Amino acid sequence: MSTALAAALRPERVLNEALLRYVLRLGDTSLVLGQRLGEWVGHAPTLEEDLGLANLALDLIGQARLFLTYAGEIEGRERDEDALAYLRDAPDFFNLALAEQPNGDFGATIVRQWLIDAWQLQIYSGLQESTDSRLAAIAAKALKETRYHYRFSSGWLVRLGDGTAESHERVQRAVDELWRFTSELFAPDEVDERMAAAGIAPPLGAQEARWSACVEEDLRAATLKRPSEQPYPWHGKRGVHTEHLGYVLAEMQHLQRTYPGARW
Amino acid sequence: MTDAGKTPAAPEWPLFEVFIRSRAGLEHKHVGSLHAADARMAIEHARDVYTRRQEGVSIWVVPSAQIIASDPEEADALFEPARDKVYRHPTFYAIPDEVKNL
Repeated sequence: MSTALAAALRPERVLNEALLRYVLRLGDTSLVLGQRLGEWVGHAPTLEEDLGLANLALDLIGQARLFLTYAGEIEGRERDEDALAYLRDAPDFFNLALAEQPNGDFGATIVRQWLIDAWQLQIYSGLQESTDSRLAAIAAKALKETRYHYRFSSGWLVRLGDGTAESHERVQRAVDELWRFTSELFAPDEVDERMAAAGIAPPLGAQEARWSACVEEDLRAATLKRPSEQPYPWHGKRGVHTEHLGYVLAEMQHLQRTYPGARW
Repeated sequence: MTDAGKTPAAPEWPLFEVFIRSRAGLEHKHVGSLHAADARMAIEHARDVYTRRQEGVSIWVVPSAQIIASDPEEADALFEPARDKVYRHPTFYAIPDEVKNL
């Protein structure tokens, strides 16, 4: 290949790499959060909540399937959704670090869910206008599910925050503990900037303002305090994770790792 | 999750009756009941428990305590008198084919 041709092809390849990374971030966040919610099955406070959390989990895993299938096609190395979900190690996962945080008590699960739901609402709304028609279609489908997820989680946030002294105290503690993972949500890096420049993803700046207003309103309704902004120690979307992701993957990938290619 | 044992599973949540409209134009039908802390949660629970397989397009929930039921003891007085009045059934009329859902 001539140097001129290689140079001409390069921007396209760079954009393709960025798109792959971006789609993996979305898919991995849905997958890991869905896996976490699945841990509640059989353990939720009531039968109805058990079904409710499982429904959220299934929606999220459905989203992950669409994103990961698309990621496999962009990558062009014959990896399907299963290969990407079950055969990558933690540093190759690009989910938000918030998604992998342990379930804790029911209140902590709700806070984690609510923060990510509010984020996905913004991201998916913006992606509906994407120049990438595949992403726009996935986002339009996922947005309907996410609107329900947000209704569920914000309802519980208010119920717990404005509930008993104990529920208020527990859910405030969860907000305080998880808040440090939110700075990653809208901090753009070179992948986000490339996506925004290409019109594939919406610029994160305007979305952060809307997310922040939405979260602020819910906190007020729930009589909870918004923690002060914290430094930015986690970069889950760059593959730098908390120790928790490894345990999530160990459980999720166990079967495929032990019995490669197993089907049912 | 580890705290689940400490907090009782809220047996004090009130009971709601759930009604689902299976598709536009049909009436809401009683499908069952569930526990929820408030009306909004009752709708969400009904959605998660009773519409997972596309059973409906609309949900009503009603606090069970708000339902005024007939007394089974009075069943004879209430329902017996209708038994010998078969002429009230519209079985003597031919129903046109265009009429659905009757």
